[in-house]
Amino acid sequence: MRSPGAMLWLLALLCLSGAAGAQTAQPTTDDPVANKRAVSLAEELRCLVCQNQTIADSHAELAVDLRRQIREQIAQGRSDSQIIDYMVDRYGDFVLYRPPLKGTTLFLWFGPPALLLLGLAFLFYYLKSRRQRVDEQQLSASEQKEARALLGGDSEGERK
Amino acid sequence: MNRYLIPLGVFLVLVVFLGIGLGLNPREVPSPLIGKPAPAFKLAELHESGKVLGKEDMLGKVWLLNVWASWCVSCREEHPVLVEFSKRNVVPIYGLNYKDQRAEALAWLKQFGDPYTASIVDGDGRVGIDYGVYGVPETFVIDKAGVIRYKQIGPVTPEALKDKILPLVQQLQQS
Repeated sequence: MRSPGAMLWLLALLCLSGAAGAQTAQPTTDDPVANKRAVSLAEELRCLVCQNQTIADSHAELAVDLRRQIREQIAQGRSDSQIIDYMVDRYGDFVLYRPPLKGTTLFLWFGPPALLLLGLAFLFYYLKSRRQRVDEQQLSASEQKEARALLGGDSEGERK
Repeated sequence: MNRYLIPLGVFLVLVVFLGIGLGLNPREVPSPLIGKPAPAFKLAELHESGKVLGKEDMLGKVWLLNVWASWCVSCREEHPVLVEFSKRNVVPIYGLNYKDQRAEALAWLKQFGDPYTASIVDGDGRVGIDYGVYGVPETFVIDKAGVIRYKQIGPVTPEALKDKILPLVQQLQQS
């Protein structure tokens, strides 16, 4: 197992197993365009039974049924947004992995950037006030003398 | 003093938010169907497969739609509550037998009792999808005009029945 060849084999197998896991949303129709649409739609929708999986990933029975619904509606010629609306009408915005922008989701969308800006503003003012405090510290005549003595008796106190 | 108060304040706000988060149940997703007309259906009855029941048949009365299945473990827990409640004849309970086998469903009712005025069969779960069912059992309260007024996700407990469903049903029956 120590040889690089064996390690490469192991790596290749691991990659393959990942690819096999990704096949769960495989639809049964032959039309590649419809297949692609069905998979991309299923990846946008949350499975309400397992909640942290998409309908494409989930093995729950409801997810299987909803994948079937998506395929049927594609076959009926409905558009992507019509299919998404169909799901939202029944299960609410919670099925969407990308929540819509509206009154109740304003904080969700703009909260994190607002907090970031607030943090940056705080940091900026904090650093500014600290620099002022450092600048304001003037040495008295006796302190200057002491500093010069410590620095080797050089008269040029402000050597750059 | 101030420099300790600000982090403390931020910390307390965080604690309050996390505390609220602990009390929420992420399993309970509010249904967008509340206040909307109940989706239409035409389904065969469980006991008499020749008889078809539709939403229109219930117009003019308040009714409960209880989604159940013989494979559903929580339904077993809820069932005695429904059986007991049905004996009081307050409101008709209709069962939606969700993705089940007819024989198993009938045997289940025989064993545990049948609280339903009628059960209708949703074999492939399509009507369930229309009602936004995602975790059986679920119970809907539907008013005289066929509008969904309340949805209980998970088993109907005696508390939920007494505090929410029963008062709502009585209020809807009087209107």
